[in-house]
Amino acid sequence: MPSIAKPVATHPTLQRNALGLTIRDYEGSMSTLCAGCGHDSITAAVIRALWELDTQPHMVAKLSGIGCSSKTPTYFLSGAHGFNSAHGRMPAIVTGAAAADRDLLYIGVSGDGDSLSIGLGQMCHAIRRNIRMAYILENNGVYGLTKGQFSASSDIGSKSKRGEPNRMAPIDPVKLSLSLGATFIARSFSGDKEQLVPILKAAFTHRGFALVDVVSPCVTFNDHEGSTKSYKHTRKNTLRATQADWVPPQSEILAQISKSGTTAVTMHDGSVVRFTAVPKDYDPMDRRKVAAYLDDQPANAVVTGLLYIDPSAPDMHELGQSSPTPLRDLAYEKLCPGSAELERMQEEFR
Amino acid sequence: MHDVLRTRVNDFAVKLANVNGTGSASANGLLMQAIFRMGIPVCGKNLFPSNIQGLPTWYEIRVNKEGYSARALDYDLMVAMNSQTYDRDIKEVRPGGYLLYDSSWPLDPDLHREDITFLGVPLAELCNQNFEDPRTRILMKNIAYAGAMVATLDIDMDVVNALLDEKFAGKKALRESNHKALLLGYQYAKEHFECPLPFRLEKMDANKDKILIDGNTATALGAIYAGCTVAAWYPITPATSVMDGFKGFCEQYRKDPETGKNNYLIIQAEDELAAIGMVLGASWNGARAFTSTAGPGLSLMNELIGFGYYAEIPAVIVDVQRVGPSTGMPTRTQQSDLMLAAYASHGDTRHILLFPANPNECFHFAVKAFDLAEQFQTPVILMSDLDIGMNDWVVPRLTWDDAYRPDRGRVLDAEDLEKKIGKFQRYNQEDENYVAARTLPGVSQKGAYFTRGSGHNKFGGYTEIPDEYQEVMDRLKKKHAAAAKFIPEPELVSREGAKFGVIAMGGCDQAVREALDVLDRQGTTADYLRVRGFPFGDVVERFLAQHDFCFVVEQSRDAQLRSLLTLETAVPKEKLRSVLVYGGFPLSSRHVVQGILSQL
Repeated sequence: MPSIAKPVATHPTLQRNALGLTIRDYEGSMSTLCAGCGHDSITAAVIRALWELDTQPHMVAKLSGIGCSSKTPTYFLSGAHGFNSAHGRMPAIVTGAAAADRDLLYIGVSGDGDSLSIGLGQMCHAIRRNIRMAYILENNGVYGLTKGQFSASSDIGSKSKRGEPNRMAPIDPVKLSLSLGATFIARSFSGDKEQLVPILKAAFTHRGFALVDVVSPCVTFNDHEGSTKSYKHTRKNTLRATQADWVPPQSEILAQISKSGTTAVTMHDGSVVRFTAVPKDYDPMDRRKVAAYLDDQPANAVVTGLLYIDPSAPDMHELGQSSPTPLRDLAYEKLCPGSAELERMQEEFR
Repeated sequence: MHDVLRTRVNDFAVKLANVNGTGSASANGLLMQAIFRMGIPVCGKNLFPSNIQGLPTWYEIRVNKEGYSARALDYDLMVAMNSQTYDRDIKEVRPGGYLLYDSSWPLDPDLHREDITFLGVPLAELCNQNFEDPRTRILMKNIAYAGAMVATLDIDMDVVNALLDEKFAGKKALRESNHKALLLGYQYAKEHFECPLPFRLEKMDANKDKILIDGNTATALGAIYAGCTVAAWYPITPATSVMDGFKGFCEQYRKDPETGKNNYLIIQAEDELAAIGMVLGASWNGARAFTSTAGPGLSLMNELIGFGYYAEIPAVIVDVQRVGPSTGMPTRTQQSDLMLAAYASHGDTRHILLFPANPNECFHFAVKAFDLAEQFQTPVILMSDLDIGMNDWVVPRLTWDDAYRPDRGRVLDAEDLEKKIGKFQRYNQEDENYVAARTLPGVSQKGAYFTRGSGHNKFGGYTEIPDEYQEVMDRLKKKHAAAAKFIPEPELVSREGAKFGVIAMGGCDQAVREALDVLDRQGTTADYLRVRGFPFGDVVERFLAQHDFCFVVEQSRDAQLRSLLTLETAVPKEKLRSVLVYGGFPLSSRHVVQGILSQL
């Protein structure tokens, strides 16, 4: 994927985070996506969220598949290792990477083609294994790089640029992941930074698979009249289920004294995700109620917010009872049984 | 007089025809193990169907005091326990041989043969009289025929009893019924037949430094000793027991005594596409990782094998080959994944391959595969096969050098990066083997770079510029060629007065060695070269140049090793003749002798 290096010039008045880094330190190369692309807004939200979380850039690994969305890891956090993998295969690569080193923050960026068609199986199984990762699905309902075909998330009746309507039912990543037992499910809109940044911060803190489905209009192929993933349509039909707020670990006590109507969920690292339910009684920790709520909404509604969370479910390493020291860092001496044991064990092969 | 009627000690072959899923495998394994413990060279081949229960299955035991361990096709004794296959089983007994069958039911007179001796043992009757439970009656029939064989072949009863005691150490009832069934068959044979038969066993001392092990278990052990911590796989015959073995060894050796946690993680993936992805992810992140599969899985892995090659990520892939194409014959053996493995994936790709010929080499080559993968930052494929992987072989004891430390290849740590001036460039400044240094995530911001399967230049940046693209591709080709010096040297057996050469790889080795001895005794002398890896090195080139012509013996229809030699060495195509055996059963020396003689 082509990219243009960004000149690093930091204005002295730029704010610094606890690590002394400015937001510029979380940027990547210049985007080569179309001007106005929703994906660039998501990139900006990722940069903001990581900066606000005081994340060490090198403690992040950013991975993606193939497609417009998968190009975006180049555009943030140049101090982190990146991995632009093959189409639909990012979940497996992250699974292996997470197996080797459980301590890094894995950010997987994908799109609706990459996740819901060619990579659907891998995404589902990453959810089942509860891989500790933030999975950002930049959802524009269209194949951009191959110029405008419908994707598996195109809504029934949504029209292509040529006016042809889609007739097949979409795959909804939110409902799908809920049924698969995902432990963190959110949806947002690339045009709503206020909502997206705290959701991403919560996702980055979650110890498990955090799905963030972000409706991200394609200005070139899917932003026209008749499209259900356009800026206009999304703005008009967005329905907020929750408004989330992420509170750092040291402010925990404050978070507990929340106003009525606000729920506080303590994350594994001691931070707190506080969210306000917009519709009365919406409880993002009750899977059955969440499913019922989603089912009750009109077909064209884009329900957003932190929709479901279970901060206590065991992740892949907990399920596998694996070493607290990252497997890649174990000394060889700990791993090899040695010659004497080989000699002894071979008595069993006689 | 047939030679079988002369007394022969420690030189004969037995074939057992069974119904699969009836417990015969453990009785047959018991017999083979008993002969092994008597110190006699022995080999066992399980010729089994792709089925759980009810189809014909065969087991062959060859005893040979000289140590020849390829399949023998002349069966001195047939143990015919499957009435569905009586017809063909009876035909396969060599003239003058014996057939042992269950005489609880009369044998169809049409099946009678004048030139063999029928030994009827009423196995079902004996078991029905002595055991109550229907399942036990079926299972014990196997042990009862084993008892009859102990008597007819002079197998050491004490050795067999000891094996049963070990096997059923904690299970008194089972132990007792096994001993009882064994004795039933033994006594019946002693009372009714002239025991032993003219071919029989006698204790030797040939196995003191040997073990009995299958290649998949040995491969798994190699992965343990190599320090592998992450494994991802999808179940497939005949590779499944690689991961079963790895899991077993991990449970034994990788539970941390301090934390009580596992110093490994095995992931049963959703498919082979994911399994190879996980291996690449883990290796990219600095763990030693591997997957095990067979042909159909290797086909699926092609996409990411190409990624690993181009992005230069280590990966170890164990391919336990079975019969293709497509689903093929999952429980039969072949060497027909060779070309697929050598150039796996689209675009210009070429891979490092290792060809173990027996379980001992599976162990050592598995370790080697991890070293090569990290040294050359590329996928390495260990090409085993069903015969090596799933049959028990008698091989020299495995040895280990405690001074061994993994070769992790060129990896820059935080300190290296701190000293570095300027930006880290992933594919620049290669060493004498054309390998550039890599960095691991989570170490230092100065080591950050972008791994990509898209066109890139030596700095790791995206490119569509022809020269930049070609520069990287040309280095990759040179890197692959440089690996030739590091793969195991071919094995060379030279003979005075050799008129031509014979080339083979992997599981053909035993049959070819035996065949060359047979040919030599008949006055046809040939040199032998066993290739043990790809890319081929100087030894292979020299061997090809030094002989007027060579036979390439292999188990594929399309002569894939011959093709690879023709493509990758200077040898003119017409200098190479093929001996091809690809029906799915392991090779016998007779195939090789006939194949060569018919073309001279």
